[in-house]
Amino acid sequence: MKISRGATITEPGSTALEETGSWRTFRPVIRYEKCIRCMICWNFCPEPAIEKKEGENYPVANPKLIKMPVPVINYNFCKGCGICVNECPTKAIDFVREEK
Amino acid sequence: MNYEDMEFFAPGHRACAGCAAPIIVKWALKIAGPKTIVVNATGCLEVFSTPYPHTSWRLPWIHTAFENAAATASGIDAALKAIGKRDDINIIVFGGDGGTSDIGFQSLSGMAERGHNILYIMYDNEAYMNTGIQRSSSTPFGAWTSTTQVGPSKPLGKEEFKKPIADIMAAHRIPYVATANPAFLPDFKAKIQKALSIKGPKFIHTISSCTTGWRHDPSKTIEIMRLATETGIFPLWEIENGDFSKIRITYMPKQRKPVEEYLKPQGRFRHLFNEPEKIKEIQRMVDEWWARFEVKS
Repeated sequence: MKISRGATITEPGSTALEETGSWRTFRPVIRYEKCIRCMICWNFCPEPAIEKKEGENYPVANPKLIKMPVPVINYNFCKGCGICVNECPTKAIDFVREEK
Repeated sequence: MNYEDMEFFAPGHRACAGCAAPIIVKWALKIAGPKTIVVNATGCLEVFSTPYPHTSWRLPWIHTAFENAAATASGIDAALKAIGKRDDINIIVFGGDGGTSDIGFQSLSGMAERGHNILYIMYDNEAYMNTGIQRSSSTPFGAWTSTTQVGPSKPLGKEEFKKPIADIMAAHRIPYVATANPAFLPDFKAKIQKALSIKGPKFIHTISSCTTGWRHDPSKTIEIMRLATETGIFPLWEIENGDFSKIRITYMPKQRKPVEEYLKPQGRFRHLFNEPEKIKEIQRMVDEWWARFEVKS
């Protein structure tokens, strides 16, 4: 590895090249049919490993919500802390043990 | 413009699962937007966000040493002024409780006295978590840390009280001082917004749960921080221009929960449950603080 002068880092946000998904022992899985798209999980994800996506192609708890964005977990970065599981107001996120 | 859908703090950083510091940082930066310079004191945040040769920051970021984050920020403020580009750039300092209440306090106090236009955010995880959970002046009464061990001859853990850093900063008569809690996100966001709209030195003290040092399950991070405010241990308030008589409580719990509810889920307070009179003492201190604001019916 070549060290730059003054050890400056020139690429912003480059930790995104280093995935932390292997840290996980439990995997949060969103059950979209129970999700009310409140984005509380997205608010509190410390990574942030939960992304806001267009919601029209996802199952929906209430047809009125179809235009709202949905939270989608990026498993390349999710460390499996479970904050989203604990904070979800409709208990729509399952916490499943990772299997090999 | 609203930058809430943008991420200025990249994933892939090395924070423990369930750390609250990235939640604080990501929301502070979403409110501040891209025209921001971040200064970081040494601490967990600096270490886990910049594992060389990578960085999590998508904004200009500088770290110099443990004790001079506020001095570095003061220099940036003066330099921007000198080249005539001061107007619309936010300078935000992130420091832990060690880098703020203990080691960085002299430079912080100097920054406040000189009146630099800087927002200082202290994320308070209540010990030196990065180096192995040693006590700091911000560690609360009764807590176990690796340097306030608990044993038969010393049943209490830390025997001293937490330094009231936000009160001390308010006593500098700076324009804005507040305590904030990311579990109360709308209040948290409003305080960052308000602080950034004011010119001069601003200080925000945020609680930041540490799953490793507080000894709780990573999934309980937000829940425990919420309990800190609901039990009244970490009240949310703001003071402008050091006027303590006009302190504004921004979250008034309808019925304060007993402090046990906050202490119970944390391993660092486990030994207190053998010393019920100490828990009563904590409850009494909390009640005393709130007596000014709660009207007895």
